[in-house]
Amino acid sequence: MTAWLLAALQTLLFLFMAPLLAGWVKRVKCHMQNRSAPSLFQPYRDMAKLFRKHTVLAEHASWVFRTTPYIVFGATILTAAVVPLVAVQLPTTAIADVIVLVGFLALARFFTALAGMDIGTAFGGMGASREMMIGALAEPVMLMTVFTMAMTASTTNLSEAVLFTLNSGLVLRPSFVFAILGLMMVAVAETGRVPVDNPATHLELTMIHEAMILEYSGRHLALIEWAAQIKLMIYAVLIANIFLPWGIAAEFTTEALGVGAVAITVKLMGLAIVLVVWETVMAKMRLFRAPQFLGFAFLLSLLGMLTHVILETGG
Amino acid sequence: MELAQLSLFNQAVLVLAALALLTSFLMLAQGRKLPLIYTYGWQGVLLAVTTALVAYVTGHTHLYISAALTLALKALLIPWLLHRLAVRLNVQRENEPIAYPSLLLLAGAALVVFSYYVSLPIVQFAASATRNIIAVSMSIVLLGMLLMITRRRAMAQVIGFMSMENGLFFAGVVSTYGMPMIVELGIAFDVLVAAILFGVFFFQMRASIDSLDVDRLNRLREVDE
Repeated sequence: MTAWLLAALQTLLFLFMAPLLAGWVKRVKCHMQNRSAPSLFQPYRDMAKLFRKHTVLAEHASWVFRTTPYIVFGATILTAAVVPLVAVQLPTTAIADVIVLVGFLALARFFTALAGMDIGTAFGGMGASREMMIGALAEPVMLMTVFTMAMTASTTNLSEAVLFTLNSGLVLRPSFVFAILGLMMVAVAETGRVPVDNPATHLELTMIHEAMILEYSGRHLALIEWAAQIKLMIYAVLIANIFLPWGIAAEFTTEALGVGAVAITVKLMGLAIVLVVWETVMAKMRLFRAPQFLGFAFLLSLLGMLTHVILETGG
Repeated sequence: MELAQLSLFNQAVLVLAALALLTSFLMLAQGRKLPLIYTYGWQGVLLAVTTALVAYVTGHTHLYISAALTLALKALLIPWLLHRLAVRLNVQRENEPIAYPSLLLLAGAALVVFSYYVSLPIVQFAASATRNIIAVSMSIVLLGMLLMITRRRAMAQVIGFMSMENGLFFAGVVSTYGMPMIVELGIAFDVLVAAILFGVFFFQMRASIDSLDVDRLNRLREVDE
């Protein structure tokens, strides 16, 4: 019972901390670029504002357009429930493994793309086709990094994998070095960050995610943006907890949970700084260079698998 | 041998070897000259550190000399020479387009699988603790060859050649803890001489065909009257 309660609490924590992470990223980025930064809680205010506003629907919008925000948000919450944030071995993590997690994210993407095409504007269709191109290239990379992790831990269940890395202590694994780099590149592409997409602008020639959701307003837009923030947090937590799991709570005592919460906060803050430095140093890529970027990510994950076979199991 | 049973230093050797392999792939994907030279330099640094670590783990003190030689020649002197050549030939900003970059990287990955397959029998009979790395060093050799085959500019081909030599040296270190010192010194100075000769060759090439594109060497040209 306590375990289920904790699992529900952890998912809620995921939901309500995601805007804070987004705010932190924005704040660090502003400091990095010598601009004055908005408050950490600005994403919450934006969201509250959007929830209060009316939604404007296009005349020819079908049920796909109206239900998509709920489907996307629902799929993202389910994904968040599967990822161990503060503690491992929660009952929700036993429901699904990483492959299902990739599937949930693909479902959300599929419906966003459908909704983009549903209202029939040029931008929606363009954004949808771009998003599907990037998705088709990014998903294999994601799965390959997951398999690299699964080959080492002999499981695709996230909680078990985290526990495995936690219990084996400090082992330098060449395959993990490649897998973490590959996963970071995929995370950047999937969450629409700088070299592939720019979340801060509505520049018509370059936008991908923004182009698909251009017609959304009010609470629909709030839900979709919230889902995007949760997605960013999901990827950050995956990177932090699979490859650097130290500090995560293995038992359900108050002390262990407290340590786990502090550890994940520190890790996420650190990862956000890495992301901001990366975004500040990199320039936005031309869309047709994105396959090359993701091709390199695929190579990294493939090398991770190969080095696992060559260097880590060798006869 | 399972990875978790090795000592932390042995694991570090494996990680550095894997990173050296990664630099080979980075060179394969890099079209610009100066980053290519720097990546080659970093591969030299990684090799030197790996060699020093192998020397520390196995207690073969003569490997420290090899590590120092590698650091001095392959990580500092040769990249510096190449950098100076690139600046003097005014090709440092040149960006060579790479045909089919994704296909090239996949071909590289296939070469890694191939060298793993080929080195399996050697690995089973080798006694050294670093025997798993033999496949990695072989793939560095093959990737250097792939770099030479796929590029048309002489500078990139020379770097491919040098990185092949890196792979050979690495194979020597990890399979038999280094070659006899006299052989190693000989090869090191051969490479240095080769780098200087290539420089002369670059200038000759540019003087005669006004380009560093080796494909142009195929064309017949009327002798100037």
